[in-house]
Amino acid sequence: MDTNAYAAGTEAATRGLLRFLTCGSVDDGKSTLIGRLLYDSQLIMEDTLKSLEKDSRRHGTTGEEIDLALLVDGLEAERQQGITIDVAYRFFATPRRSFIVADTPGHEQYTRNMATGASNSDLAIILIDARKGVLTQTKRHTYICSLLGIRHIVVAVNKIDLVGFSQDAFDRIVGDYVTFAAPLGFHSIVPVPISARYGDNVTTRSGNMPWYRGTTLVGHLETVEVEQEAADKPFRFPVQWVNRPNLDFRGFSGTVASGRIARGDQVVVAASGKASRVARILAPGGEADSAAAGEAVTLCLEDEIDIARGDVLCPPSQRPAVVDQFAAHILWMDEEPMLPGRQYLMRIGNLWTPASVTSIRHGVNVNTLEHEPARQVELNGIAFCNLSTARPVAVDAYEENRATGAFILVDRFTNRTAAAGMVAFPLRRATNIHHESTLVDKAARAALNQQKPVVLWFTGLSGSGKSTVAKLVERELHRAGRLTYILDGDNVRHGLNRDLGFTDADRVENIRRIGEVARLFVDAGVIVLCSFISPFRAERQMVRDLMEPGEFVEVFVDTPLEECMRRDPKGLYARARAGAIPNFTGLDSPYEPPEAPEITLRTVGTTPEALAQELLRRLREMGYP
Amino acid sequence: MSSTLLQPRLSAHLRRLEAESIAIIREVAASFRNPVMLYSIGKDSGVMLHLALKAFAPGKPPFPLLHVDTTWKFREMIEFRDQVARRYGLDLIVHTNEEGLRRGINPITSGSALHTQVMKTEALKQALDKYQFDAAFGGARRDEEKSRAKERVFSFRGEGHSWDPRNQRPELWNLFNTRIRQGESIRVFPLSNWTEFDVWDYVLAEDLPVVPLYFARPRPVVRRSGTWIMVDDGRLPLEPGEQPEMRWVRFRTLGCYPLSGAIESRAQTLEAIIAEMRGARTSERQGRLIDSDEEASMEKKKREGYF
Repeated sequence: MDTNAYAAGTEAATRGLLRFLTCGSVDDGKSTLIGRLLYDSQLIMEDTLKSLEKDSRRHGTTGEEIDLALLVDGLEAERQQGITIDVAYRFFATPRRSFIVADTPGHEQYTRNMATGASNSDLAIILIDARKGVLTQTKRHTYICSLLGIRHIVVAVNKIDLVGFSQDAFDRIVGDYVTFAAPLGFHSIVPVPISARYGDNVTTRSGNMPWYRGTTLVGHLETVEVEQEAADKPFRFPVQWVNRPNLDFRGFSGTVASGRIARGDQVVVAASGKASRVARILAPGGEADSAAAGEAVTLCLEDEIDIARGDVLCPPSQRPAVVDQFAAHILWMDEEPMLPGRQYLMRIGNLWTPASVTSIRHGVNVNTLEHEPARQVELNGIAFCNLSTARPVAVDAYEENRATGAFILVDRFTNRTAAAGMVAFPLRRATNIHHESTLVDKAARAALNQQKPVVLWFTGLSGSGKSTVAKLVERELHRAGRLTYILDGDNVRHGLNRDLGFTDADRVENIRRIGEVARLFVDAGVIVLCSFISPFRAERQMVRDLMEPGEFVEVFVDTPLEECMRRDPKGLYARARAGAIPNFTGLDSPYEPPEAPEITLRTVGTTPEALAQELLRRLREMGYP
Repeated sequence: MSSTLLQPRLSAHLRRLEAESIAIIREVAASFRNPVMLYSIGKDSGVMLHLALKAFAPGKPPFPLLHVDTTWKFREMIEFRDQVARRYGLDLIVHTNEEGLRRGINPITSGSALHTQVMKTEALKQALDKYQFDAAFGGARRDEEKSRAKERVFSFRGEGHSWDPRNQRPELWNLFNTRIRQGESIRVFPLSNWTEFDVWDYVLAEDLPVVPLYFARPRPVVRRSGTWIMVDDGRLPLEPGEQPEMRWVRFRTLGCYPLSGAIESRAQTLEAIIAEMRGARTSERQGRLIDSDEEASMEKKKREGYF
């Protein structure tokens, strides 16, 4: 083997790059294996080795020897705890290939980090401790790899030295693994018996296992064919940036996600169907005749057609589906569970759009792979769902095309990345259900009623005084000749929402339905007073988004919890504290106060009548007659 | 971008890295209100700037460059910086921590840790706040240092520019989550997946200009802490009896001159530098005196807001 790292790097450059991840259970030796790969490929420099020796004495678990795992466990917290808590990317090269390794955590609580590593990898090394065999976590990692579209698996049976280099142990583990993984559709599963600590069968063949006739681990990584299939798929070009430096130039910049494009080719905008031809292709090296998957280019078209960031250019004959509903697997990554009906922001390609899960088809038990009914999805959970987007999006099935089939969901308030999603198939409902347009419209109805229709959304704790104030306000408006209607929490739950309980998922659905009803009333030209605890910001935002600007006034009825408990008009707090009512807002279910309500009413030290007058005065100031 | 290229000069590997970086740079321009590119004058910054020029051709990058000047950079670096800004007609913001200057903070008597904290980290935060930048490009690479290996491409910074390694966003596919709230910001590393070898290969293939300090020639140096320190001006106090001597040296990384160790070398061309690296047995950051201050020092500095 060439021991010269740099020479290896340049030669490897022409052979292409392999991105892979290592996964396995805690203590299976992932970090040690990667340390071994770096060490054997001579990429450990003298000063790094010196600091490694120092670290090994301080944190190492290998006694007098150098602890190779410390090469890759980078963050101080990890070195102290001896576990890998994040994804580390490492680079090494052999004379035949260069590699980027994602070292991902083993513990179940870091499933999301593993999925992150898998999303950009072509191959996975599944480490199995020869003493322990196939574990629940081995299965979970394998399933997640298959879900994220990895097609090549290496089963590295590690610590084979600790079972006396036993062929029986190896064969038994491989048999177990293949039985489990066979239905998951991998293109290759290659088992190798190794000792990461001592280097057996990692880069050099081990003399300890004459029974093993296969290749070394590195030998396999150097030669495995991972399909560079993206270039052979239909052309997809998500527009990232409209380049318009002056009036004479208008180009569409982005990375060719799949397929290839040449000057003169016809393209259409997936969403609008508008068509043109490619006039010029600007590549990083200058003007080009064609471009293929992976290249970052700027396309100029022959015609001036409307194209913005987020649009997808494609060939007229091979278009993605353009839908606002589709089925997808999601892997949940946020501490806050996924609730159907709650709005998230979806990023798909370069498009951001509000989106929600409309229903969970089934959850997946990641340890048994069994389907289970689910009402919500917790951190690290996986579910098969129907999703709905606020605007139509161009999608392909993830299996067909990673670039147009992958999406993320982002929490609207914390901006945390909440989920990874993989499109399974489009749902064509959008094409059969159209909006029926009417002859009399909202403005006409409002004009006839001589009022500006609006939703007054009262939110606050149970017992804060929402309904009391809302009723007084309605009476005053009615006296003034306004057409009004009250939607009240308790009343709605007797009818429209009698099937819903008080779990977080049901609370979200409760508010979603009320929001839709309120919208119909506004459409009818009515002033709607809604008084609901509505504890979550996300759902109040969802209702706001249903309305036009100026049609939603959030009224925060601000009463401290202690005061609500003291008032307790319905005796609910007393019962909740006695344990008779679970999920009670303010006690064992959270209330998220509004961050910027249009109106805040502080109820302590005043009367409901005075608050009603204050509210009416504020409404007049805001221009609601 | 005028000539028609029939034969790409770059290897498939470099073209892949180049495309990935260009996509990251465009993403920032498209997603943030007010981005800035940190320009530290070194080879990595040079490659990053070159990629930015390519990303927006035939237009110019829609963001300015920012150089945090500690006032202790090599003179040749400052000359090079000004030439680059002029050549490409780019906005260059130079920021110095004036308060640090008034307090007399310097790399020699204040110590490298305090100097770095005040004149680099604090100065950077001042500049980002002053101009209200919500995204800042840096040229850091994951192969540089262990805690860098876990850095995101889009590294999220909370209020006060704080970096919490436990609260970073997962990066799935190339679907970066670019959403931030008021007061928060993002540091972006377009060269995350490049190695030192890749950078030099690219400089050679694209014929990029680099600061002459990377090339060997006789320079006045003194021996300090096992490395050669260049006497770039009269501010470096000499020990009693210490005489600067002329030696053939060059630099693998550039920073404040009293903190940048030179290596003895005769490499006067890019080809010679690359050839020399083939035999190198130390990592590039070894020449930086600031990293060896204490264990996990890079992680600690990053938590405080260092790049």
